[in-house]
Amino acid sequence: MPGAISPALAQAAGAATAPLDVSLRINGTERRLSLDPRTTLLDALREHLHLTGSKKGCGLGQCGACTVLMDGMRVKACLSLAALAQGREIKTIEGLAQGEELHPLQAAFIERDAFQCGYCTSGQIMAGVACISEDHAGSPQEIREWMSGNLCRCGAYDHIVAAIQDAAAVSSSKQEG
Amino acid sequence: MHPFVLERPRDLSAALSFGAQAGRNDAPVEYIAGGTDMVQLLQEYVRRPDRLVSLAGVLDDGIEIGSQGLRLGAAATMAEVATHQAVVERFPLISQALLNSASPQVRNQATMGGNLLQRTRCPYFRDVGYEACNKRAPGSGCAALDGENRWHAVLGTSDDCIAVHPSDLAVALVALDASVEIRGAGGDRSVPLSDLHRLPRDTPHLETVLEPGEVITAITVPANAAGLRSHYLKVRDRASFEFAVVAAAVAIEMDGARIRQARVALGGVGTKPWRLPNVEAALAGAEFEPAALRQAAALAAEGTQGRGHNDFKIELMQRAIVRAVEIAGARA
Ligand SMILES: Cc1cc2nc3c(=O)[nH]c(=O)nc-3n(C[C@H](O)[C@H](O)[C@H](O)COP(=O)(O)OP(=O)(O)OC[C@H]3O[C@@H](n4cnc5c(N)ncnc54)[C@H](O)[C@@H]3O)c2cc1C
Ligand code: SF4
Ligand code: FES
Ligand code: FES
Repeated sequence: MPGAISPALAQAAGAATAPLDVSLRINGTERRLSLDPRTTLLDALREHLHLTGSKKGCGLGQCGACTVLMDGMRVKACLSLAALAQGREIKTIEGLAQGEELHPLQAAFIERDAFQCGYCTSGQIMAGVACISEDHAGSPQEIREWMSGNLCRCGAYDHIVAAIQDAAAVSSSKQEG
Repeated sequence: MHPFVLERPRDLSAALSFGAQAGRNDAPVEYIAGGTDMVQLLQEYVRRPDRLVSLAGVLDDGIEIGSQGLRLGAAATMAEVATHQAVVERFPLISQALLNSASPQVRNQATMGGNLLQRTRCPYFRDVGYEACNKRAPGSGCAALDGENRWHAVLGTSDDCIAVHPSDLAVALVALDASVEIRGAGGDRSVPLSDLHRLPRDTPHLETVLEPGEVITAITVPANAAGLRSHYLKVRDRASFEFAVVAAAVAIEMDGARIRQARVALGGVGTKPWRLPNVEAALAGAEFEPAALRQAAALAAEGTQGRGHNDFKIELMQRAIVRAVEIAGARA
């Protein structure tokens, strides 16, 4: 039967593996964890550190809801083993605002109403921040191509593109000024 | 995921000592590089190694260009290679193939070595709920032969497996005569990329010629492939973030209104990255006009075998070749 996991597999999955001491740098803070080696970075964030802003849409790299920044570059947290992220600088949606002040892209998402259910939103924002810093936000067409790793089941794409354009304009005017 | 011990070796020789086996699916010890394919397959129970050996930090990630040609360290990421200025200028086919692959996030994580050794996207291979898959479980049969085989191969197939090799990068590289540098306990060797992957024959679970413990350390591309007019055409079901239904990698050298030499490889249709010497021979000296291009591309159909849903690929791949040659030839 498609999709079914046999009892033998399920049992093996439950078996214990010696935990690893893992130290992760999340939003500027060092966090020490004892983790099963199978733990993905996404599960470490959500289940162990209770940073539930990063979402699990598919767990297989296909939707982008789990996007975080690693050493400033966007990655899919569901495809990274947490133990292999040791020593890297990880930024999640929780670390984006400066105190009460929203990041310009967070503000633009609200201004442009760039979500419906909100499930994809933190991944869209993290990917959008990278899209702007990589200089891939020059036109709606370019934004669409470079945001194609982030799916929105609600189809808020037009508003997401507009929000990224707005925030890109803010960041380039800051650079010029 | 099946439980595994995670090894984080300090250097390459320590990594080699675990005897991980890169080229087969039932190995008890396996490597992990960027993890973008491996973690997915671990999560789906398709791969169940007892030991996982991380290659992070132990492999070269440099990108060098010199009189010998191009050398890509196995740990260089898809994003780094795709945007490297010398790659963009001298080997645009490689950059195009990469920028048409996966998503920006995956390209930041995935490595050159892992890309060449990524597993097929055959849905039956990736779903352990299906019993019959010779690649995953040798001798169990092939669910794709009588199943949904729209995505499957028409070249290099056997009655035991018709799965496509999914890498776009490998298709561009095979057109450019790339080789892979391999290191194992016994020393170093270099293998043409066209010989790295095996045909499925009656052993589809044996995917490459890599021996236990061996790793890919680099990819090399000869200098004579530089500066050709080229184009990577990827036909897919959605405009971005999707694997190829058919892809054509073409690099040509013009001689006035004629083609002097051509290199042509296809993706999405072969059980390994597929070079087409017969089409290349027909293009060499051919006039750069539609009828001649179509005539040469028709030779791509030699030796194809459709399995029903994928029959359309045989026509589509010829058209993809013609289109890719037209675009490449029109470049300055
Ligand atoms: C959502 C999604 C979409 C994708 N779309 C595309 C696409 O359109 N086109 C495309 O070409 N690809 C696509 N891919 C596949 C992607 O390119 C591969 O997953 C990636 O290149 C694998 O590289 P990695 O470093 O993450 O490898 P890993 O997942 O770490 O490893 C893959 C395999 O290679 C072995 N390995 C890795 N490095 C070495 C080495 N140096 N020596 C020996 N063995 C090694 C590992 O043991 C493993 O078997 C997609 C992937 C995802 C998740
Ligand atoms: S085509 Fe190959 S990978 Fe797919 S089900 Fe058949 S044997 Fe398995
Ligand atoms: S949860 Fe990571 S891509 Fe979907
Ligand atoms: S807002 Fe609902 S999935 Fe994007």
